[in-house]
Amino acid sequence: MEAKKGKNQPKRPATGAKKGTTGVMTSLTVCGASKAIIDKARASGISTVFDRAARMKPCPIGVAGLCCKHCAMGPCRVAPELPDGAPTQAGLCGATADTIAARNFARMVAAGAAAHADHARNVAEVFLHAVRGSITDYGVKDVQKLLQLGIDFGLDVERMGIRDIAIAVGERSLEEFGKQAGELVLCKRAPLKRQEIWRAQGLMPRGIDREIVELMHRTHMGVDQDYENLIRQAGRAALADGWGGSMLATELQDVLFGTPVPIVGRINLGVLKKEYVNIIVHGHDPLLSEMIVAASQDQELIAAAKTRGAQGINLAGMCCTASEILLRHGIPVAGNFLQQELAIITGAVDAMVIDVQCEMQSLQQVASCFHTRLITTSPKAKIRGARHIAFNEHNPMDDAREIVSAAIEAFSQRLGTPTIPEATQPMVVGFSCETIAYVLGGAFRASFKPLNDNIIGGRIRGIAGVVGCNNARTTHDAGHLELIKELLKNDVLVLTTGCSAMACGKAGLLSPDTGLTVCGQGLAEVCEAIGIPPVLHMGSCVDNSRILMAASAMVKEGGLGDDIAELPVAGAAPEWMSEKALAIGHYFVASGVYTVFGVTFPTSGSTIVTDHLFGELEHQWGARWDFAHDPHEMAQKMIAHIDKKRKALGIDKARERVLFDMTMRREMD
Amino acid sequence: MSKIIASAAIRGAYTIAARVEQKYAAVLQQYGPEQSIGFPNTAYFLPVIYAILGIPVTTLGDCQLVFKKARRLLPAPVSQTTHLPYLAPALDAGMATLFYQEIEEALRYLTNPSFYQSGEDVSNGRIWLGAADDVIMRKRGVEFVDGSAPGFASILGAAPDQTTAVRLAQELQVKNLYVFMAGDHNGARFAEQLQQAGVQIGWNTRLVPFGPDVSSAVFAFGFAVRAAMAFGSIQPGDFRNILIYNKDRIFAFVLALGDVTDEWYATAAGAINFGFPVIADTPIPQILPTGICTYEHVVSNVPYDQMVARAIEVRGLKVSVTEVPIPVAYGPAFEGERVRGDDIYLEAGGGRTPMVELSEHKQMSQIEDGKIVVIGPDIPDIPPGSKVPLGLSVAFAGRQMQEDFLPILERQIHHLINYAQGVMHIGQRDIAWLRLSKQAVAKGFTLKDIGAILHTMFHKNFGTIVDKVQITIYTREQDVLDMLTRARDIFRMRDERIAGMTDETEQTFYSCTLCQSFAPAHVCVITPERTGLCGAYNWLDCKAAYEINPTGPNQPIEKGQVLDAVAGSFEGINAFIRQASRNKVQRINIYSIMHDPMTSCGCFECISAFLDKCNGIMTVDRDYTGETPSGMKFTTLAGAVGGGNITPGFIGHSKHYICSRKFLQAEGGIVRIVWMPRHLKEELRERINRQGAALGVNNFADKIADETVGTTQDAILPFLRSVEHPALTMKPMT
Repeated sequence: MEAKKGKNQPKRPATGAKKGTTGVMTSLTVCGASKAIIDKARASGISTVFDRAARMKPCPIGVAGLCCKHCAMGPCRVAPELPDGAPTQAGLCGATADTIAARNFARMVAAGAAAHADHARNVAEVFLHAVRGSITDYGVKDVQKLLQLGIDFGLDVERMGIRDIAIAVGERSLEEFGKQAGELVLCKRAPLKRQEIWRAQGLMPRGIDREIVELMHRTHMGVDQDYENLIRQAGRAALADGWGGSMLATELQDVLFGTPVPIVGRINLGVLKKEYVNIIVHGHDPLLSEMIVAASQDQELIAAAKTRGAQGINLAGMCCTASEILLRHGIPVAGNFLQQELAIITGAVDAMVIDVQCEMQSLQQVASCFHTRLITTSPKAKIRGARHIAFNEHNPMDDAREIVSAAIEAFSQRLGTPTIPEATQPMVVGFSCETIAYVLGGAFRASFKPLNDNIIGGRIRGIAGVVGCNNARTTHDAGHLELIKELLKNDVLVLTTGCSAMACGKAGLLSPDTGLTVCGQGLAEVCEAIGIPPVLHMGSCVDNSRILMAASAMVKEGGLGDDIAELPVAGAAPEWMSEKALAIGHYFVASGVYTVFGVTFPTSGSTIVTDHLFGELEHQWGARWDFAHDPHEMAQKMIAHIDKKRKALGIDKARERVLFDMTMRREMD
Repeated sequence: MSKIIASAAIRGAYTIAARVEQKYAAVLQQYGPEQSIGFPNTAYFLPVIYAILGIPVTTLGDCQLVFKKARRLLPAPVSQTTHLPYLAPALDAGMATLFYQEIEEALRYLTNPSFYQSGEDVSNGRIWLGAADDVIMRKRGVEFVDGSAPGFASILGAAPDQTTAVRLAQELQVKNLYVFMAGDHNGARFAEQLQQAGVQIGWNTRLVPFGPDVSSAVFAFGFAVRAAMAFGSIQPGDFRNILIYNKDRIFAFVLALGDVTDEWYATAAGAINFGFPVIADTPIPQILPTGICTYEHVVSNVPYDQMVARAIEVRGLKVSVTEVPIPVAYGPAFEGERVRGDDIYLEAGGGRTPMVELSEHKQMSQIEDGKIVVIGPDIPDIPPGSKVPLGLSVAFAGRQMQEDFLPILERQIHHLINYAQGVMHIGQRDIAWLRLSKQAVAKGFTLKDIGAILHTMFHKNFGTIVDKVQITIYTREQDVLDMLTRARDIFRMRDERIAGMTDETEQTFYSCTLCQSFAPAHVCVITPERTGLCGAYNWLDCKAAYEINPTGPNQPIEKGQVLDAVAGSFEGINAFIRQASRNKVQRINIYSIMHDPMTSCGCFECISAFLDKCNGIMTVDRDYTGETPSGMKFTTLAGAVGGGNITPGFIGHSKHYICSRKFLQAEGGIVRIVWMPRHLKEELRERINRQGAALGVNNFADKIADETVGTTQDAILPFLRSVEHPALTMKPMT
């Protein structure tokens, strides 16, 4: 089986040993604070992910996507294709490298989509309890957004009371998970042309759970053994994430906790305070952290902290939980994914409270070297050895107080003086889709028009969504920062979420004072006019749905085509590691966004599958995947794509100013 | 930097808010919350507040709610480091500023009622005109609609000196723009500079002195938002569409002359919400990226000689100005200028001397294009203060020329001459009246220049039907009297021909969609017996306009099958209306008020309304500001009727149409009129009686009630009974 290698064939990632995936990295991190604590850890003999990455190489078959362990006849390790074109091996059942790579890819998408879906389901359940009144610690904070959801769900919002609307929205949201037929409701938010493509390509998701279950079924031994068919269903499950699970989570969280608006925050390990009880909330779920925010401001608990000799209680966030409370309350951020162990190693963290996703099991090992209480809270996510305080959504405040009390207790058991790096950076965050429209035009003229206008006019070349994780196989934060700086220099406005946003925050790119210094003139001019940083922090990784909404808003505003795929935009996850990231990448591609991943690509062992993802998909879905190891190369690919789209839209050349006479005014609709 | 502007605007908004709330508290204490406040003669309350917030402020107490909303719009000051986005909060602060300024002006109307001079003209010692009332707004609105005024400049402050002020004002006038003036720079004010330099200011010369303070600039926005509601039919409170309408259709901009204070910045931020950019003469920061405005938002440090051109470009406006080879400035802005008393150098006509104007159709070989001859003395051989006879003969030739166009071309003479600065022209034909000012003559203007104007402008405006234009000007009495005799014969023949044209004799009517720049759903149907509802365009005008510009706003409509001759329902008209209204209007009866009447834009001269108790209708013109038996003043009626809507029982129309045979033929014609303002009745008396008699009612004008009889249906009914008004015994209208 030989792949067609035409002139336009996209470059695909090489398989096997590769600098950065298995090779030696020039440095572990570009974050000075992290470097200092890594040094401390090594001096103290505490093992971190950085050390383990150096010690343990990734499995060369697995990294190429060619290890199949879907049945007990295996695991079958199918060798990557040989350069001489010799026939590739197959598994015992005959599954080819293409099937295995596609199946592994699809399984990762399914797991990622499931993570977001399960998060969303939890939010929807709590939402419904809250609006029905059976949980009283939460309530509706954003009525406007609730009404919008009501309209999305086809409710007669003019005639219904707020409570009835909220209950109906909660019920309908929950129904989205178990729906068996039809189309996911929020898919209607996409441009009409995009919806048509989904229908025509068999991508339109029916129900969130159904698509994920079906994908799990189809990747079972001996079911779907056509890579194209698998990738398509993976697309459908991914869309059920982006326009389903993730979007529902974002929207319901906004209704419950408020839609983010611009707010100032600080980031990096320096936000920990020596004299204070330091609590870090880490994970992805705002339900608990919202309550801990309240508990940390409770006068009684603050007094209790003071009786233990602390000056007060200092709450900080980590990973996406951090983004949730940063955007809504300005709570400082201690760091991103690869800083979770490091935060504890400062010796200043009295309690680290975790919920779900991206929490390393090593936290318990590291915490045990200090006085730090590692507290798990979700019945879905326990860690052996950690204290478990089950978070009961029906009485969340009690749990939150118990957790804060545990931290206060730990404070007096600190071992020696903490080592807190001085580094912190100020940043401006909170750019929800609605907020972007507001900051562009004010309360009376809020819209995406100025953005589209400046893209059409050329001051802004295009938009990039740079998102995703940290990955210990590549220099911490370097991929994000080098890529983003290159984009900014070329007048590309960057939307960011998750750990990528935090890398930007630490490097000063989220501050309008320092961020604009690295921008091209056109982008700087626009950002200066509006007063925004050139990188807009839109939220946690579940909030990548906000980028989909922003892209749809740009299409609806007009002047940039009829579909997301026509926009001069591109996506990237230069340091991705989680399965959620792959699901996000796949729903971006299925939504029409050209998306480039870094570090490694999970189908690299199959030319055919990779070529399909990197090439054919563009003809079928209007967008494709891509890979670049080097962030500069990644930037160039994204810019080239943006320029291609600009050309197709006819906005690649400077345009004459149009002066209006009466005839032209009469012809306006 | 935008940050400096935003910071200043927000500071300015706070200053204004504090001042106005303080003033308000004092006034409230003195007058109490029930005290009514507002601007004179408008149906739009405090128009900016009404348009944007949908709140009709009528009492002092009503201001409280506005303050509450305005305060919520006032953002936190911009932080020096790690600031939050500031453009949007500054825009919000700007809008709040306009609300405060509008209330501040309303307080001034209440506490100092004689501060502003009402009407269109300044008078001795009182140069500030304040809020434009609805009469002015609608009358001037027509000019915005048909493009004779493409936009307005809102000037804050003062020029560095009188000469610069005069030059700037004149340049804006020549570009046909209105100039709204407010505020001061170090105590100097643009309007006062103009007045001191002897420039005529007031609505008639488009140089409108709104008020002495920056708060008076809010009247410009009040004018603009009413256009959106009156012509665009956008509902009050639909702020987004009102602002977009302004951005897309009201081509206005702010000229900031002098030190830009925080309060100016705040006002300017308000302007940007409307898509009105700011052009400053000082080196303030700029905001160049596009978005809220069509192009740049703030452009600064512009030299005075480039200011108007730059402003027009930044606003995205195309103004075509024809250079007329005469020694004085030329443009519609000078049309309303007056020449009086000692200013008069030369006068002709007006009952003082014989004067006549005549257009004639010649063969191509008979005349020479551009030939202008003055037969008799011309300036400087005519001494100052002279009264001279004047005959103005314009000969046209052209392959597309038709006899029917001559009266249209002739009627153009009036405004074409009037557009010259220092030249006043009234009337037409043998009742024309001309004055030349001493200033114009001092600049070198002669009678021959009148010929130059006509030659240039006829070619420009009517180039497709006119190939040659030759002008002869007679100033010897005998020549003028000879011309008069000949002209009167021609006028009589033309009148007879027009009188013979009826809606039945002509198969083609014309549309007029000039107003679609402002009222996108409105389509006028113009017939020989029904002029456009603005009164400015008749059937022949439209016919000529179509010849001149076959793709323009006047299109022929074949009547097609007659569906109802009495109501005026025609298949061809309905088909045309559907398409031209973008499917918003399905059918109309052009002679009916009760069933599918024609739509109205906003620039109608009169409104007729059904009066149920009288079984008739009333008609009111826009110059009448009092109450009417419909329970609404003209302005309120206009609000209900305009904007391209069909409103059964109400219809907008021209004055001329009242005495047409076809006036509300479906309902019985002119004899249905039971009430009209006295001055209108007197103006039309003769024609009312004639048409009344044609329908069998003699001295009909005397049977129509007016405001001296009453302004309610109950008050006029006894009168109607006493004069045996025919409507009372006609068949019920509903």
